[in-house]
Amino acid sequence: MATPETRADGPQSVPALLHRNAKKFANAPAYREKEYGIWQSWTWSQTRDEVEALALGLMEMGINEGDFVAIIGRNRPYLYWAMMAAEMCGAVPVPLYQDANAEEMAYVMNHCGARFAIVGDQEQVDKILEVQEELPEFQQMIYLDPRGLRKYDHSAMKQYANVQELGRQMRDKNIKELEARQAKLNYDSTGVMLYTSGTTGKPKGVVLSNRNIIETAKSSSEFDDLRQTDDILAYLPMAWVGDFIFSVGQALWTGFCTNCPESADTMHVDLREIGPTYYFAPPRVFETQLTNVMIRMEDASRMKKWLFDTFMAHARRVGPAILDGQNVSQWDRFKYKLGEAFVYGPLKNTLGFSRVRVGYTAGEAIGPEIFDFYRSLGINLKQLYGQTEATVFITAQPDGEVRSDTVGVTCPGVELKIAENGEVFYRSPGVFVEYYKNPESTADTKDAEGWVATGDAGFIEEDSGHLRIIDRAKDVGKMADGSLFAPKYVENKLKFFPNILEAVVFGNGRAECTAFINIDLTAVGNWAERNNIGYASYQELARHPQVMDTIQAHVEEVNASVAEDEMLSGCQVHRFVVLHKELDADDGELTRTRKVRRRIIEEKYDDIINALYDGSTSVSTETEVTYEDGRKGSIKATLEVRSAKVQAVATRMAAE
Amino acid sequence: MRRCRRLRRGWLRNERATRGCADAPPALPQLCQLADGRARCEVADELYWKDEGRGGVKDTVDSYVTADGRTIGPVVMEMKNITLRFGGVEAIKDISFDIREGEIRAIIGPNGAGKSSMLNVISGFYVPQEGEVWYKGSRRPAMKPFQVAQQGIARTFQNIALFEGMSVLDNVMTGRLTHMKTGLFAQSLWKGKAEAEEVENREVAEKIIDFLEIQAIRKTPVARLPYGLKKRVELARALAAEPSILLLDEPMAGMNVEEKEDMSRFILDVNDEFGTTIALIEHDMGVVMDLSDRVVVMDYGKKIGDGTPEEVRNNQDVIDAYLGVAHD
Repeated sequence: MATPETRADGPQSVPALLHRNAKKFANAPAYREKEYGIWQSWTWSQTRDEVEALALGLMEMGINEGDFVAIIGRNRPYLYWAMMAAEMCGAVPVPLYQDANAEEMAYVMNHCGARFAIVGDQEQVDKILEVQEELPEFQQMIYLDPRGLRKYDHSAMKQYANVQELGRQMRDKNIKELEARQAKLNYDSTGVMLYTSGTTGKPKGVVLSNRNIIETAKSSSEFDDLRQTDDILAYLPMAWVGDFIFSVGQALWTGFCTNCPESADTMHVDLREIGPTYYFAPPRVFETQLTNVMIRMEDASRMKKWLFDTFMAHARRVGPAILDGQNVSQWDRFKYKLGEAFVYGPLKNTLGFSRVRVGYTAGEAIGPEIFDFYRSLGINLKQLYGQTEATVFITAQPDGEVRSDTVGVTCPGVELKIAENGEVFYRSPGVFVEYYKNPESTADTKDAEGWVATGDAGFIEEDSGHLRIIDRAKDVGKMADGSLFAPKYVENKLKFFPNILEAVVFGNGRAECTAFINIDLTAVGNWAERNNIGYASYQELARHPQVMDTIQAHVEEVNASVAEDEMLSGCQVHRFVVLHKELDADDGELTRTRKVRRRIIEEKYDDIINALYDGSTSVSTETEVTYEDGRKGSIKATLEVRSAKVQAVATRMAAE
Repeated sequence: MRRCRRLRRGWLRNERATRGCADAPPALPQLCQLADGRARCEVADELYWKDEGRGGVKDTVDSYVTADGRTIGPVVMEMKNITLRFGGVEAIKDISFDIREGEIRAIIGPNGAGKSSMLNVISGFYVPQEGEVWYKGSRRPAMKPFQVAQQGIARTFQNIALFEGMSVLDNVMTGRLTHMKTGLFAQSLWKGKAEAEEVENREVAEKIIDFLEIQAIRKTPVARLPYGLKKRVELARALAAEPSILLLDEPMAGMNVEEKEDMSRFILDVNDEFGTTIALIEHDMGVVMDLSDRVVVMDYGKKIGDGTPEEVRNNQDVIDAYLGVAHD
């Protein structure tokens, strides 16, 4: 592990890095944001000035060292600056998920005792005002977009630009103190606190030091050869550790430019305009894009469709090999070049991937078809495995060793070990300091030697040294007959079908597995449109017999594939229902990062689960739903329970 | 997934109340003329002092402040004894009402009551046979609609009237037409002044696009948009003219609840942020009662009610017109 001594010459804090960049890359673009239809950009030296002005303003407003500053809103340069400004003042930025509801925000802000909040717009202001009484330590709110806020009581509220103006005016008074505070920051001071989304229980505040941030940014930038001229698009939630490391950590370390989209809806257009060279997306985004491409190709003219099909087939055959630098015949290379001109190039341009040099996907398993599709186009898409507690990086795939079923080799500086029960442990310079105000959880997760439990079960492949993840360790269980139960493994296989958005598999301690399935409204809706099937709602489409048949075919296909794996053949899905509503974070069924919360789903839908096991062919249910504005309603439905064909265990015996 | 914008707290019904302090829409203020020539205006137990003589219209309350803190100015437009006939049909019979600066004024009534005709009179499309239209303190002579538009009155249409083949941005830019001075020749060359003018007007258009949150469809041809968005684009085009009075002809017709909520919020925001006076026709009673400061009720071309939503709601003639009357 690198110690501060060995790096004593380098910048030891986030603000120090900012000052370095303001000198080193003074006129290079640091942040861009599209506003009013035009990309506005700020150079590194301008960024430093903006951040400093805000920091001075915060000083004037009485921010103390060690204060917590909540930061809530969509990705905007101003909010990234707010994080840096807070650090300049010796305070700790705490980015929160912007779609969190008021109670979730109240919990987090109360837990850390935030005195200040820097927020994006009226929506966030309203949410904080709603819970203000529950926050005794909370004092001042700073907002970016003044729209709709003119008539609010401004005694505890200021506009961002006004705070900066205040800072500039009071510069002489506060600059000495600000510089002194920055000088005090070192590798051990807290750089940021990020709340985990919490698949179980309440969110925990993960404290990351400057060492965590800078060391991780440094080693990962070197691993992928990131350069100052790179561009990224910042569109993933600011509260997520990945975004923090990419848009603040790595951006500061290498000095590349962070681009913020105009709004969430314009992401794809902005992606195309910027053409990032370094791109990160969860599998879901790649999946949606692929689905859209396929849907549009269905509507394309015959000639175009033929071109697409022919060249995509070729790309699938040789594309990944060419990308990995393996031997490919001259004729195939020529044909691939031709395809590049006619199909792959224009397609990549439309998707915004023309310039992608390094692309990552993580968070969940990605379907092999999806993964191969992008790689065959010549996009260097790779997988990485990480978590907040590790400041993202645990393992990643080096160029040339990319496969869809592994998550790669250990990142520089990371050590890995597998416990007896299969749980993965790691130790690295990125290992978090502690869970804030939660020593028990810290002790549970991190031992005295610095080994951290990931909570995931996996193994290291002997010949390649790649790590493979099977499932969450606590979700892995036993079937009644003692065979292994790994729900995630089956769910991922199900989710690889474009028609299936989400799946939840049950069966721990039972004789057979069953599943809940959510259809993907985009894919299935498009199919319905093409086949002249009318539907008025998600619910109606979900219970359409033909949709049920399709899903059943998918489930049976998965069963066949699961049966091939001797360890997991017990996990075949015997019976399933297509749920009447989409699982939603607002109803607590998913986390904000869209991971399934099993326990809550099990409790909430226990009537349906019972029906899955008692042999009934249909079940009537009523479910409460929460709308985004907090109102509640309920959905009543009768669901059909279907049985799927399973591969006999005898097949497995024969295979052995 | 359900998406709706910034509508977290109890929605529209509480909107006005949460922004301000009062529970019910305020009653029209009591005005007393003081000895020193100032008007004293009393609303919600608060006193507001205004100097007399602002605006050209005399003998009315100068201005007052609503419970949610908006200043409603003096009368900006006044309809005096308007009668409109089509041959033998009297669409509007001797109607008088006024519109104050900064207020949201609704015109409601059953089908065929003459609401759209009234809006067309305001926008200059119809010239009434009798009566006068007073605008900003002077009588307005019979005018062509484009002249009315130049005076700062913009409108949207009941049946969307956008240029279907053009992009959203281009449609919004057409709203800037009255603000562009360079001629056809200069614009086709797009040099010097014409270019500068376009840049300037594009900025205004972009700000409105941002305000109405239609950035994602900026370059999409209007024909490809769903109905609700088209309505929003129409609003954007009308706003691009930076009107002093905005006429909305059934802005929420045919929308679902969610779209209505969005549109209501936009209308309130426009009124609030730009201080635009809004006259709207709407069928959805809930929306009208929540949005508007004052309501005119029409039935068979006659005015049967005029006042705050509360007053109108309790007006027996209005109840009869909407629910029908039992004839003995």
